[in-house]
Amino acid sequence: MRDGDANTVLLSALAPPIRAVRSGEAVVRADISSVSMDDFRRTVVSACSAKARLAAMAVLPGRVLLAVLADDRCQRLGLLCTDVPVDGRYPALTPELPQAQAFEREIHEKHGIVPEGHPWPKPLRRHSELEGGPDAPLGPDPYPFFRVEGPGIHEVAVGPVHAGIIEPGHFRFQCHGETVLHLEIQLGYQHRDAEALLLRSSPARRLAIAETVAGDTSVGHALAYSMALEALTGSTPPPQAEAVRGIALELERLANHVGDLGALCNDVGYLPGASWFGRLRGEFLNLSLEICGSRFGRGLVVPGGVRFDLPAVGRETFLARLQAGDTDLRHIADVVFQTPAVVSRFEGTGVVTTTMAETLGLVGVVARASGCDRDVRRDHPAGIFRRTSIEPAVASSGGVMARSQIRRREAESSIAFVREQVETLSDGARNVALGETRPRALAVALVEGWRGEIVHVAATDDKGRLCAYQVVDPSFHNWLGLAMAMRGGQISDFPLCNKSFNLSYAGHDL
Amino acid sequence: MRRLWERLRQGYRTIDFPEGHTELSPRFRGRPVVDPSRCRAGCRRCADACPTAAIQTDPLRLDLGACLFCPSCVENCGEGAITSTNDFRLAARTRGDLVLSGGEMRLATALDRRLRKLFGRSLKLRQVSAGGCNACEADLNVTGIVVFDIGRFGIQFVASPRHADGIVVTGPVTTNMALALRETYAAVPEPKLVIAAGACAISGGPFAGSSTCANGIPADIPVDLYLPGCPPHPLTILDGLLRLLGRIENA
Repeated sequence: MRDGDANTVLLSALAPPIRAVRSGEAVVRADISSVSMDDFRRTVVSACSAKARLAAMAVLPGRVLLAVLADDRCQRLGLLCTDVPVDGRYPALTPELPQAQAFEREIHEKHGIVPEGHPWPKPLRRHSELEGGPDAPLGPDPYPFFRVEGPGIHEVAVGPVHAGIIEPGHFRFQCHGETVLHLEIQLGYQHRDAEALLLRSSPARRLAIAETVAGDTSVGHALAYSMALEALTGSTPPPQAEAVRGIALELERLANHVGDLGALCNDVGYLPGASWFGRLRGEFLNLSLEICGSRFGRGLVVPGGVRFDLPAVGRETFLARLQAGDTDLRHIADVVFQTPAVVSRFEGTGVVTTTMAETLGLVGVVARASGCDRDVRRDHPAGIFRRTSIEPAVASSGGVMARSQIRRREAESSIAFVREQVETLSDGARNVALGETRPRALAVALVEGWRGEIVHVAATDDKGRLCAYQVVDPSFHNWLGLAMAMRGGQISDFPLCNKSFNLSYAGHDL
Repeated sequence: MRRLWERLRQGYRTIDFPEGHTELSPRFRGRPVVDPSRCRAGCRRCADACPTAAIQTDPLRLDLGACLFCPSCVENCGEGAITSTNDFRLAARTRGDLVLSGGEMRLATALDRRLRKLFGRSLKLRQVSAGGCNACEADLNVTGIVVFDIGRFGIQFVASPRHADGIVVTGPVTTNMALALRETYAAVPEPKLVIAAGACAISGGPFAGSSTCANGIPADIPVDLYLPGCPPHPLTILDGLLRLLGRIENA
């Protein structure tokens, strides 16, 4: 079912008028059907009820609304457009398709287009234009928080400045005693206007912005950006570069997953685990440094290929250090997951059901922990993942334990992948020069970052210049998952639950 | 029993810093070396390739406060006027000291005697992320792990600005965090230190010129220590803090 041959395409949820494309493939914008708003809504909703997902929703120049659908079963993306009505209002998709909620809030905030009937059309990033100009103070808030009222109900407000070294965000809990009835997460404190800045920057600066959209996902976002550019210029990186990109992406996953396991131990007070995993994370970051000179993989991925290949320390030493990390990971994880104090706090905490995960369109580790078998590396493979296969780790219990176990299993398979690739890595061309950018084209690039699906959508104008750019970090989908995971839980479990998601504030806020 | 065994297996991991010799991978892009005498007249290849306009030519100057430590300038200079070293020592006390123009870089000097007496053995810092991408935050956090163990120098990141002797700012200072940054700064009792960590906090970094952020820490908040990098390596952070406290002397 997953090989994407002609027969399975026929079974796809992405029937015309939806234009089917692959991740990392460019299309001429005129080839994307533009249908009436009614047909657009109906087609998008019915495709999603036939197992497709809404991977992105963007507004292209000329007030054209674009939906990017993903059919994971047949390795295809689907594109469909509609013109935004002249009065700038349209019936929101969210009531029928909850996974559209954040996209429609974003469209409202960025373009002033009103999704009528959206149940919670609050700005995502608190754009200052909506609050009276850039100098206006943050309060009084024209968008109040959702409130639960009744005897014994109290409200707890946390942030934006938190107790640790953490990015800023605001959490507003509605509680009855210890029990959380509702959590609203207000973000936007990190909003740097990355998409707009990227459009008006030099190519070198664009890459730097892509690397810092979410700094812990530098490789993932730089890769998505590079893939989008390669698609628009019809360039193919050398096989050597694809292997190095894969190694870097998996090292990024490995370091972050291991770091998260340590942080999870810390949040349940199991300090040996926190300390050991914390140190081990650094060993994997240092392997990235041996390849490209940066612990965060910066400067490695460039449009057209990569800048570095074989590690500075040599293959043998690199593999020995990877092996030592592998041994440590197994030993530490065995101890941690057999410690009753850890297990009892992880199990049954912060559960997201499969239905909820599917309804909200969750992605990545969080989705897989809730039984949604989706992973871009298998479902929309690009680069090295067309030549090797990665079997996604899936669990069904949907709680902190499942998210932790998925991290452990993925870290182990990333080590195996890196080992295999480094063993077979040969000398060869690192990159190709990019060709001319195609005019009036559009490309969508998907990458399975360590948190989940990263989507970059890029469009060019008549002269082949970038005229629209959209970044969707996995956190964009998953923050609402965290809010739902807290419902009915204890407020004291929030730090643990939050850490088990470990979402990006910067990646959401852009 | 297994836990005890694992503890023994993990061993002692703290590095011998600053006393011992600590050297990073030769690929690590630390402090660049600038040699304006090698520039060809009118050549701007390094400056044109720089993502953040950190380089001026005629004469060649490189601003570590804006530098992202990417390989672009070195890659594009055919003359060897800019070369990369793996030296992680980068911290400076003034913005001007971050601009390299050929001579020896003036690394951070210690606080005056009064402040050293106050903070030298116990420095509590509050971190404020104001648009940071989470890389600076991550490597500030890392100074606390067993490898670097910042606590052994009496330095600690604390939860409340009321308990702090200073703030460490990351990010270009977004509009939405400007107020929170000011309030956190105001809440720290005098005398207090301000440390700018990373290119964003120093100059706006890749986000300089954005419509929704400032270009780093506002001018009216005086900065005592600049930690360049994108992000600064944990050793750059540790080295800078220890220089500030007079625990590492300039050679």
